[in-house]
Amino acid sequence: MEWDWDFVWQIMPTLLEGFKITLLATVLGAAVAAVIGLGLAIVRRSPITAVSRTVGFVSEFIRGTPLLVQLYFIFYVLPDIGIRLSPLVAGVIGIGVHYATYTAEVYRAGIENVPRGQWEAAKAANLTTRQAWIHVILPQAVPPMIPALANYFIAMFKETPLLSAITVLELMNQAKSIANSNYRYIEPMTLVGVFFLVVSLISVLGLRWLEERYARMDD
Amino acid sequence: MSVWSGYLTLILEGALVTLQLTVMGSALALVMAFLAGLGRLSRFFAVRALATTYIEFFRGTSIFVQLFWVYFVLPFAGLTLTPLQAGVLALGLNVGAYGAEVVRGAVKAVGREQTEACIALNLSRFQRMRHVILPQALPLMLPTFCNNAIELLKGTAVVSLISLTDLTFQAQVVRAQTGNTLIPFATILFLYFAMAWAISTVMRWLERRVTRSLDGVRT
Repeated sequence: MEWDWDFVWQIMPTLLEGFKITLLATVLGAAVAAVIGLGLAIVRRSPITAVSRTVGFVSEFIRGTPLLVQLYFIFYVLPDIGIRLSPLVAGVIGIGVHYATYTAEVYRAGIENVPRGQWEAAKAANLTTRQAWIHVILPQAVPPMIPALANYFIAMFKETPLLSAITVLELMNQAKSIANSNYRYIEPMTLVGVFFLVVSLISVLGLRWLEERYARMDD
Repeated sequence: MSVWSGYLTLILEGALVTLQLTVMGSALALVMAFLAGLGRLSRFFAVRALATTYIEFFRGTSIFVQLFWVYFVLPFAGLTLTPLQAGVLALGLNVGAYGAEVVRGAVKAVGREQTEACIALNLSRFQRMRHVILPQALPLMLPTFCNNAIELLKGTAVVSLISLTDLTFQAQVVRAQTGNTLIPFATILFLYFAMAWAISTVMRWLERRVTRSLDGVRT
């Protein structure tokens, strides 16, 4: 079968439609991962061992099992207990929570990198724990983490095709349905690959820039 | 309970396929990691360019897209693969690209003076790599290889989408036949986690073995 440019232009609008959903899922998933990851990292530092151990084990478990199965779990099992989510919401939660366990490690490393003296100074200045976190620790811990976080968000972007398995109409799913109805696989599948490759290569450049911009904060 | 034993057998058969994929995929990934990782350090521009292209390509698109491409597009180029072959090929090439960066990083992390000492001792390039650099680089690679192997294990879930009867696929079969969602998915999540745990245990053991021979060499 030959490569057919006419077919490519014909399917492009549908693919772009899917690509929008892919981007949407990535952005929402990244937001969920950024927030929940920070929560996990803070809870893991809890002085109550039972709490920190449990959170540690749950993160290990999520990181040790496939995202696809977790998505199935959220999409098929939760409705049994009365939580019915739309595919996109289920997908965003699944992918966000999965990557939150990774971003939590980034946050943890970043927080541990803040010198002890900062905590002590915050205490000496009579700040509450909450104030110490918000005004002293996090502003210093977050900038050096940005490149590592961005790295995980790129990884997350590449995982969004999995959402097609729970019927989200993103890029991969659009390509699959085009392929199945026209019985032409070469163009849609290759284009999906090209889309992802182009975005990844651009984001690698962006990542380099972020590294240059924020790596200096270490010194 | 006897009704479930049949389904349990089904799931265990799936576990076997997942295991097979993980082992064969890891073997291919290991070979590719060393080929491409050392290729990137080659003194020939063509070899470096080839290795870089391979790495960027496979890291830039997701395993899901690659798998579909291998399974659906390659047949048009006259290369028809069974689902298992396609799965092993895609997983091995994908994780191999990530592993290549690990190999490159570890080799570069071995001190320059080691290379200089080898030149002073008139060792050939091959001897230098085989007897001096790699034995010291290997312990640096193992922890990340462990993570890569777990990523590969998690990646195997995707092959269920090209109709390979792995754990995830079998869980879907059980779900379709019994209408029960919680038990099959909880079971396979547990099995995946057990496998991930087994991988990290084996890798830790391997790490101890490899570092033992280096006692007194590294500071």
